[in-house]
Amino acid sequence: MSVASPAARRTWRRPPAIANPYLRYGLYGLIAAYLVWAVTSLQVSWERVVQGIPRAVTIFGRALPPDFSRRSLLVDGFVESIQIAIIATFLGVLLSVVLGILAARNVVPRAVYLVGRAIIAVARSFHPVIVAIIFVKAVGFGPIAGILTLIVYSIGFVGKLMAEAIEEIDPGQVEAVRATGGGFLKVLAYAVFPQVLPRQVGLSIYQLDSNLRASAIVGIVGAGGIGGTLTNAFKRFDYDFAFAILIVMIAIILVSEALSGRIRKGLT
Amino acid sequence: MTSTTSTPSPYRWQRFTTAQRLVRFVAYLGTVAVLVWAVRDLDIYWPWVWDAPVQIRDLFVRMSPPKLTGLVPIGQALIETVHIATLATVLSLLLALPTAYLAAQNTTPHPALLWLARLIVVSTRSVNTIIWALLFVAIFGPGVVAGILAIAFRSIGFVGKLMAEAIEEIDKRQVEAIEATGAGRGKVVLYGIVPQVLPAFFAVAILRWDINIRESTVLGLVGAGGIGLILQGAIDLFDWQTVATVLIAILGVVVLGEFVSAALRRRVL
Repeated sequence: MSVASPAARRTWRRPPAIANPYLRYGLYGLIAAYLVWAVTSLQVSWERVVQGIPRAVTIFGRALPPDFSRRSLLVDGFVESIQIAIIATFLGVLLSVVLGILAARNVVPRAVYLVGRAIIAVARSFHPVIVAIIFVKAVGFGPIAGILTLIVYSIGFVGKLMAEAIEEIDPGQVEAVRATGGGFLKVLAYAVFPQVLPRQVGLSIYQLDSNLRASAIVGIVGAGGIGGTLTNAFKRFDYDFAFAILIVMIAIILVSEALSGRIRKGLT
Repeated sequence: MTSTTSTPSPYRWQRFTTAQRLVRFVAYLGTVAVLVWAVRDLDIYWPWVWDAPVQIRDLFVRMSPPKLTGLVPIGQALIETVHIATLATVLSLLLALPTAYLAAQNTTPHPALLWLARLIVVSTRSVNTIIWALLFVAIFGPGVVAGILAIAFRSIGFVGKLMAEAIEEIDKRQVEAIEATGAGRGKVVLYGIVPQVLPAFFAVAILRWDINIRESTVLGLVGAGGIGLILQGAIDLFDWQTVATVLIAILGVVVLGEFVSAALRRRVL
């Protein structure tokens, strides 16, 4: 350092994120190689991309102005989506409580815990649309498939957080109830639930908001709600009606998000 | 609170005051009312509901055992799915960072741009990936381009919102210090803002990549590439054993993605 010329000392350079230059350039090289591999292995037809641009102009041209004239179709679709979300949230949260208990290490035997965790992990891993398409095939088109889908979706999220909440409870209260001779159900009712209930209410409201978003899309594969109306509008090239649906959808999601945030803030 | 009043009534402990109980009661009543309305108003065909457990069990029977042929195309489709997720994440980061810069109150050059950027964030975030995919399939035809754009657009809002929040929370003294040296806007951003939001950037990028893997598995259902295409094909042919294989494959890739992102998070953050 002392031998460096004054000019060299004066130019400061930003320290790189990774100090070791071999590792740094090696990593950059790897990332670049991966990107090249990914781009070249995907069969992208650039002509079609170029052809798409005038088509995009046409579609947006036809989408404007949005067409709100088919109001009954619009309202019915959204009401159905909201109803699906409400029923699914209620049933999903109830089941999540059960699964949350089964998946909490500190209240059930290890074998039960593993099964509970596995169910929750599977429920979490599948996108609601995939679950919906399976349920549509199993129970037919319509809102039942949508409700079942969102129940699975709720279990994946609420069940997981519920299990984590139960694992974090104060064991003292559990011991106290056990010491009085309380059985498993008494322990749950008097030691576990009072500790996790406030969290559970907040989670349910959050999940209602999530389910509302998801209920708008499960209809794309025929599971009821506004999604079906939207797909049909797209397929029939009614882009102005589709755009109207999208605008209402965004508005409902924003209102629901704001409401759910407000209520959850009020709870705590 | 006169303590000299007549015989003390037998003390009864109650967890909530009357007002609190009233609020709770109203909340319960409201919930039940909404629920009853939803169930009665919804177009439910009850015989199908009672039949559902049988049908679902039947489906599982038809799915087992998962078919072990045709694993090569499934593997290729999985790789394609991951590629779509990764490229879309990279693209969305490129698009979201300028948006975040405009959508943060302390860096936006003009209030009009602030609102424009916020509009972009809100609308891209509120429209689901699969709806974006419908749109892009209509524009560019079926294929991976539509899939990548769909996921990238949906991610703009997510990344843009979180990064704008990160930018708004930075320590402004560092920015002032750089400004005081006479540095231009580019240098201020590079040396004053970027180092402060870099951890948030990596966290958001990894989180979104993880989510995007899950999202990219459904793109094929509307024709936008990836494993969903094979899933849809097998469902259309009632080839339930292949459906089972594909579902297991999807489970595998999602869990793998979760592991990789958890490992990356530990490494980078």
